[in-house]
Amino acid sequence: MAAPEFEVAKLTGEINVPKLREGAMAGIKAYIANEKIQTPLGYPGELVEDWHDRAIGKMGELLKKYRSLQVFMDACVHCGACTDKCHYYLGTSDPKNMPVARQELMRQVYRRHFTFAGKYFPKLVGAKDLTKEILDDWYSYYYQCSECRRCSVYCPYGIDTAEITMAGREILDSVGIGQKYSNEILGKLHRIGNNLGLPGPAIIDTLEGLEEDVLEDTGIPVKFPLDVEGAEVMLVTPSADFFSEPHVESLIGYAKVFHAAGINWTLSSKASEAGNFGLFIGSYENMRKAALRIRDAALDLGVKRIVVGECGHAWRVAYSFWNTLTGVGDGADDEFAKKLQAQLDHNYPQPAHICEVTHDLFKRGVIRADKSKNDHRVITFHDSCNVSRASRMGDTPGGQFTIPREVIKMVANNYQDMAPGTTHEATFCCGGGGGLLTDDLMEVRVKGAQPRMEAFKDVVDNNKVNFLALICAICKAQFTKVLPYYGYNMGMVGGVHQLVGTAIELPGLGAGPVEEEAEAAGVE
Amino acid sequence: MSTLSLIYVVLFYAATLLLVLGLIMKIAQYARTPAPLKIPTTPAPTTNSGVAYRMAREVVLFESLFKSSKWTWIFGWLFHFGLFLVLVRHLRYFVADVPGWLTAIQPFGKYAAFMMVAGLFGLLARRFLVDRVRYISTPSDYLHLLLLIGIGISGAMMTFVAHTDIVALKMFALGLMRFAPQPVPEDPILLAHLAMVAVLMIIFPISKLLHAPGVFFSPTRNQADNPRERRHLADWAAQLEK
Repeated sequence: MAAPEFEVAKLTGEINVPKLREGAMAGIKAYIANEKIQTPLGYPGELVEDWHDRAIGKMGELLKKYRSLQVFMDACVHCGACTDKCHYYLGTSDPKNMPVARQELMRQVYRRHFTFAGKYFPKLVGAKDLTKEILDDWYSYYYQCSECRRCSVYCPYGIDTAEITMAGREILDSVGIGQKYSNEILGKLHRIGNNLGLPGPAIIDTLEGLEEDVLEDTGIPVKFPLDVEGAEVMLVTPSADFFSEPHVESLIGYAKVFHAAGINWTLSSKASEAGNFGLFIGSYENMRKAALRIRDAALDLGVKRIVVGECGHAWRVAYSFWNTLTGVGDGADDEFAKKLQAQLDHNYPQPAHICEVTHDLFKRGVIRADKSKNDHRVITFHDSCNVSRASRMGDTPGGQFTIPREVIKMVANNYQDMAPGTTHEATFCCGGGGGLLTDDLMEVRVKGAQPRMEAFKDVVDNNKVNFLALICAICKAQFTKVLPYYGYNMGMVGGVHQLVGTAIELPGLGAGPVEEEAEAAGVE
Repeated sequence: MSTLSLIYVVLFYAATLLLVLGLIMKIAQYARTPAPLKIPTTPAPTTNSGVAYRMAREVVLFESLFKSSKWTWIFGWLFHFGLFLVLVRHLRYFVADVPGWLTAIQPFGKYAAFMMVAGLFGLLARRFLVDRVRYISTPSDYLHLLLLIGIGISGAMMTFVAHTDIVALKMFALGLMRFAPQPVPEDPILLAHLAMVAVLMIIFPISKLLHAPGVFFSPTRNQADNPRERRHLADWAAQLEK
């Protein structure tokens, strides 16, 4: 690891609200996307001549399409309730990283162009015409927000800065200023089928390697089937699970769960990505286009159930938006969605989170675990922002908090929660979500992780925690990179299904239909 | 009728018209604008009755604000609840025969003025004292508070310090409602009070006071958490499937 070019705070184990330091992060700019990246997404390749009018026009269009944006632009009273809630403010002290100030970057322009008070009394209400400086501020600070929604929990009107950040990014994209990281990845997803740009043969290669590894480790031929027509379950997981450490350990965990339960499952090369960066840039069209790959794969393979692997924003899109975007879900009365919904088995939630599946199988006694296999670990769980505040698991509100914890406790003996106020809906983002998981934003990421790191330090020091369990690919990548800045070993990071994979009891050789069907489908 | 009375009559008709029309326009705009995606802040209720309960807690108890800042919650709730009681008490000036329950709450409504003003001073103090709140405050934020403090203090003065001609005031109010204008009592405190109230009514639909109708339309608070069970589709989004 290269020496950091910025100061990293020394952890104290407590989260303190800093005095504001204006302009502390003003110089930070993510790399800008070039024409080759922008064009396929439907955006101009560089800043257009008439950017001012186009930006205002786009803002007007979004105000008409999104009630959230329209209401949130009007409703804020500057009460300040959100000012100490954002992990980026807590970590950087830059006042423009306070949620209300981040919103105000857009609201000042909204007032000037769309309200009576702002048109005639701009100084009084803090309204400003859109200038290049403001546009630059938007780019800087709308890419210092991870769209984690923590502020929306605390706002008396439920104003969600994520909605405003997304609108800001959509407006920026529409005038030709896109972020290289998010937009390049989204292009790969559209073009190849996953964020890492892994073509089908590379996925087959990886899966074969994994089968060999697991066979070597356990003596049991756990299969990793791909593109099996007629499988019951299609698993859609972040592509990082095929490739990166520690992500791949969770993929092994999912495979072991399906193997042990005798569930006929498959991965899909077409739907080889659960992630959907269309969410991050606030583009309904791009988000829909990416989600339609999953619909198409499900229809092609004729699967009965769709299960989503460990990925936070992907679960938000899957749980909250797939039914809207693609008809994966229930309760549709239109032809488009009914076509898919007639095929799915509605005895199960559609889509289901892998933690819901595993939790249910343990509860019904279909699978079992030897908890002592995880005895070398003292585990804490980080609630991923999108799972916590933008989705659910199970039948009751809050299932997104209880189910992953119960899964951990079903496979391990040593568990310790982090401090209240940093978990459940009050959880702190890892600092790398929402399209910030790129090296050019490392300072934002490291500083933004500080509140979570403080809570982590507390349980490491006082409870001997040595494993940070996650259910999000971005969290995994972010903490792997950021933990060392705070003096911790990146090996402390892992997935919930990594823990499951360690402890789950596997039936012996020739265990059942799983293996035969995978072979029949030509997975060698 | 004196020029002064004429000014006040016109002012109140204009203010009422602007308030009502402005609010209708904004509420229609919020209602018309689609919410294309399910974005309740979770954990969220899964049923519509659950959503109504959540909204009621938000509007009556300021639940989210309670979670975020105890000081802002105390001052904000004191002000709003005080204002609510004061407003209810003021109904007596708009009905010819005051019903019993309205008479019964009269003392609460009177002393609620202190609640209201105390809350407002607390909120004002936060704008000066907390560096983060100072940073985000605009001139209009201070003016809103000063306007409300002015209304509260002038009103309380007429109740507790220098009584105004309450019978004449009620004649004026009823006259406005019956479209048979009566002269406004020429008490400077009352005139100041009424003028500030009219200003508040006029700025309501064009200012941050829109948080009042806005909260009911906030998708993060008014949506049920049931996206897997029911397909949710906005008209413009449905067009993409054509």
